[in-house]
Amino acid sequence: MAGPDRRAAAAARHRLLPEGRVAGPMPWIIAIMMFLTVLSAAAGLGLGAAVKAMGADLAGRATVQIVEADAQQRDRLSASVAAVLRKVAYVRAVNPVAAAALADQIRPWLGQDAASGDLPIPALIDIELTPGQTDAKVDRLRRQLAAVSPKIRLEPHAAFLAPLAGLLSALGWLAGGIVLLMALATGAVVVLAARAAHDSHRGTIDVLHLMGATDVQIARLFQRRIGLDALFGGALGFTVALLVIVLLGARLLATGSELLSAIHLPWTSWAVLAALPIGCVLLAMLAARWTVLRSLGRLL
Amino acid sequence: MGFTAARPLCHGCTQGEAGSAQAPNSRMSAIVQFENVGLRYGLDSETLSDVSFSLASGGFYFLTGASGAGKTSLLKLLYLAQRPSRGVIRLFGEDVVTLPRKRLPGFRRRIGVVFQDFRLVPHLSVYDNIALPLRVAGMEEGEIDAPVSEMLNWVGLGDRGQARPATLSGGEQQRVAIARAVIGRPEILVADEPTGNVDADMARRLLTLFEALNRLGTTIVVATHDLPLMTQVGGAQMMKLDKGRLSDPTGSLRYPPKPQVAG
Repeated sequence: MAGPDRRAAAAARHRLLPEGRVAGPMPWIIAIMMFLTVLSAAAGLGLGAAVKAMGADLAGRATVQIVEADAQQRDRLSASVAAVLRKVAYVRAVNPVAAAALADQIRPWLGQDAASGDLPIPALIDIELTPGQTDAKVDRLRRQLAAVSPKIRLEPHAAFLAPLAGLLSALGWLAGGIVLLMALATGAVVVLAARAAHDSHRGTIDVLHLMGATDVQIARLFQRRIGLDALFGGALGFTVALLVIVLLGARLLATGSELLSAIHLPWTSWAVLAALPIGCVLLAMLAARWTVLRSLGRLL
Repeated sequence: MGFTAARPLCHGCTQGEAGSAQAPNSRMSAIVQFENVGLRYGLDSETLSDVSFSLASGGFYFLTGASGAGKTSLLKLLYLAQRPSRGVIRLFGEDVVTLPRKRLPGFRRRIGVVFQDFRLVPHLSVYDNIALPLRVAGMEEGEIDAPVSEMLNWVGLGDRGQARPATLSGGEQQRVAIARAVIGRPEILVADEPTGNVDADMARRLLTLFEALNRLGTTIVVATHDLPLMTQVGGAQMMKLDKGRLSDPTGSLRYPPKPQVAG
């Protein structure tokens, strides 16, 4: 069949159901669901990326605290601990935190007195371990440092932020769950719409059926129409959600927070988001096909 | 339009009872066979009981009976809109009662149906309504125009192709329904009260269309209680339903039309 002829044939077949939307509000409902699905998915993916980045950033990092009230002893102990640490094979970097930098960090809470020297502030040494077996290395190092002085404490950074990472991770999973629920709800909406469309076109379907149209031929008509509705709704919801994500991203960056800035979407996440409307159309078409085939199966 | 070919007889009817000179039975093949068919809707009593008959290929049959006698139910069994509650139905030599559902569309395409209420698709033009069976059968679009145009002219609606069914008169809608039923050159044409909504002149014209189709080899089954109409078709045979039973099937040609012998 030549191109124009094939197009004419397709147009003629498509006319078998009345033109226009099969179930009035369906595209709009799908648009709203797609909007919420994309936002949920973006939140899940963004939080997932943040947790991952945070994990990569903190893995193998720790802070050695030298808790000694006497400043001179503290400085001596700090120097000897740094020397010990530099000799440990699995310690990649040793960075004693300058007293001024430490004072800057606690000044918002303690005010100008923080740098007066009257307050016994522990000395800190940031260290970075070689990758792998972090927990075992931390344990070994903790024993080694305890042998030097009982006033030395070792705090892996991951431990500080573990509850936050856990929260972000839980939120990410929650977002994933919402996406799944939305997919189920979309399927349910399509099933209801397909049933309604099937019932309202019952006369035409009966005629086609008695003329020898196969179930698949009839189902294709609904599949196509509902697919178009889903495409319209999906594209609309996706576009609006995309705008919201871009705006939110700009606001997150504007906060200047390192933590919030870690919530970002890599290109793979954008690809996943872009696949959502396509998935929605496929889901709608499959649901419509299944529903109509099931209804037709009840006929002779 | 008169008959010019020998007419087949209802199987199970003798030549004498048929009362007309027809082709010998030995040359006929049964296109439809009902054996002890019963039909029951839900828990009601049987709408059709012990219906047995066979129709010869190329025959012209009238199915008559009072309202509620079961004519439409019998036709539904014939055009595969319904399965019987019991009994055997053979179409084109195959038992369609036990036939897998997926094979039924192929059989339905060999049967044209003129519904009592026409059942034209309201949003399609007359042209598209008539083209429907061809499109369902998967005919290429380029091959559709010629037969549809020919059919439109055949039913006298050549200039109404783009009209919507709602804008047509009852008679015109009836002709569109007939054109749609016959365009696929079905082997059996089933018409349920096709003259119920038209005047006598139109009824005669519709019958002429059926006769022309019958001459081309299509088996025609027309449900009607219009006795004068039946007498107008030479060689046609009558089956009479009475309270769901095919009454006196061997005497079904009690009102035989004037026989028209092949000449």
